[in-house]
Amino acid sequence: MTTSSYPILIIVVPLMTSFLIPLVGWWRKHFCYPLMIAALSISTFSSVAILKEVIEQGTLHYYLGNWDPPWGIEYVFDHLNAFVAVIVSVISLLIGISSKSMVEKEFSQKATYFYCLFLLQVTGLLGIVVTGDAFNLYVFLEIASLAGYTLIAIGEDGAPFASFNYMLYGTVGACFYLLGVGYLYIVTGSLNMADLARLLPGLYHSKVVLMAFAFFIVGVAIKMALFPVHVWLPDAYTYAPSAVSSLVAPLTTKVGAYVAIRIMYTIFTPSFTRDLVPAATILSWISASAILFGCILALAQTDLKRMLAYVLVAEVGYIALGIGLANKNGLIGAILHIQNDALMMASLFLVVGVLASKTGFRNIYQFKNIHKKMPITMAIFVVSALSIIGIPPTCGFFSKWYLLLGAIDGHQWFFVAVLLASSLFNAILFFRVIEIVYFSPSEECEHGAGPVGKSLDEAPLSVLIPMILLALGILLLGVLSGKIISTIIQFAIPKGL
Amino acid sequence: MMIGFYAMIGKKNLVKKVIGMNIFQTSIILYFISIGSKKGATIPVVAHGHAGPLQATQYINPIPHVLMLTAIVVMVSTFGVAMALIIMIYRKYHTIEEDEILKLRR
Repeated sequence: MTTSSYPILIIVVPLMTSFLIPLVGWWRKHFCYPLMIAALSISTFSSVAILKEVIEQGTLHYYLGNWDPPWGIEYVFDHLNAFVAVIVSVISLLIGISSKSMVEKEFSQKATYFYCLFLLQVTGLLGIVVTGDAFNLYVFLEIASLAGYTLIAIGEDGAPFASFNYMLYGTVGACFYLLGVGYLYIVTGSLNMADLARLLPGLYHSKVVLMAFAFFIVGVAIKMALFPVHVWLPDAYTYAPSAVSSLVAPLTTKVGAYVAIRIMYTIFTPSFTRDLVPAATILSWISASAILFGCILALAQTDLKRMLAYVLVAEVGYIALGIGLANKNGLIGAILHIQNDALMMASLFLVVGVLASKTGFRNIYQFKNIHKKMPITMAIFVVSALSIIGIPPTCGFFSKWYLLLGAIDGHQWFFVAVLLASSLFNAILFFRVIEIVYFSPSEECEHGAGPVGKSLDEAPLSVLIPMILLALGILLLGVLSGKIISTIIQFAIPKGL
Repeated sequence: MMIGFYAMIGKKNLVKKVIGMNIFQTSIILYFISIGSKKGATIPVVAHGHAGPLQATQYINPIPHVLMLTAIVVMVSTFGVAMALIIMIYRKYHTIEEDEILKLRR
């Protein structure tokens, strides 16, 4: 048990601030933004402090209200979730900083409520990551999802309907998860994850445990938008306002992937998920089809934001494939890809948001020669695109490398082929955009018919700085990925893999 | 639970879908509450001045009930969000039939 109060600060500060913001908003509207940034900074700082502590001392436990587990709720920090917590809090801080100009442009009257919901969403996501209690995880899952539904519904034309569909899917997913918790509670009488992991191995041949496992996996698959149940994602993320989609898109699916790792490898042992039931094999086949379908459907899109949404479906497939391979390199790849994909998706969605708000277009054929107007934005777009394709030294290369190694270790040659083919698909996807932007003939512009003027019209500074930081992060974390693996990720791999 | 699930998938009317969602969630809540019950047991309130060790079999397990209090809160807020979304959809399209909305959006 730890005595420092960082573990609780991660959650409580954004939660309390989110309730404070509407009150402050009645009084002084412009205080809301600095208040939100302050809250996000505190939770980022505490999560970094915890990661440092975890690296030095190993797993931390924090007992809420001094109730010992398994009766009380505990927050557990091991290498896996301290790492994911840092990713979530840092990215939400960067997106939070950048949200200001987009919010003022798109819906300035609702800004107060936007900041409130934004913080609630971050609270939910961080809570999912830090909690060590299966039912507590359900509560945070619903906090994050409910905030997500409302945030998405703020958006443009089709947003309420897309958000309604998302809500139907999300509720089914959460209810399945809850049913799974119920089944496990019947057989073990416990809700604490560590306690469950201790009690369950003797019960692995019970049908109830199998049912619980199936409900867990299907529920989480809906939440993380794995291929056959991804239907809600493209609509919801396309119509969401750009400040929202750049927060929700990188983080929600990644946190879902984290929950899948938790369930498959912490609550249940790797030998259960791999050998007793063929869950890992089924998951990897499903995710291979997710990668292929995501890429192919993305090729068919002309709307840039919608294309990114389908790329995201494919990226979720990568992470799930790494989880499903169920060997050391595959899981390293999956955890590394959680980090990398969060960075890449955040920066890509930010770029698309900036492009949409500056030009009013989203169709990729309308972006001809836009690099003359926004050189830095497009440079960042190219860096993130190269990272998604998987070109060294960007970080996307390294996680794909480990996924490939995992597939080769498992002698799964079909998955090797899928991974390589998907890189090809991504290359086609993004080079198509890059070609249209940089290399299309500029006659139209000279006639004044093109959308782009001659003058430089860069994104506002509050968006530009987070974008540059994200792009630098993509390059730096790519170079440093060996160090990240040796200090953090290799300890996050469960025993028995 | 299956009735609710059918309503969410099969019905075209958005309000009926939400009702289906509610039936779905309520069934899970009832399922949890049924977990806690024991034959011949009483409410889990220890009488004042109770002496001697407690017999766990004499009391209903209160934990599922407490969990479901939280789940009810979640369910109510989901319902609220759903209704707000339906109002937004109605203002925009003047209908809450799914197929008509899909036709309008084409």
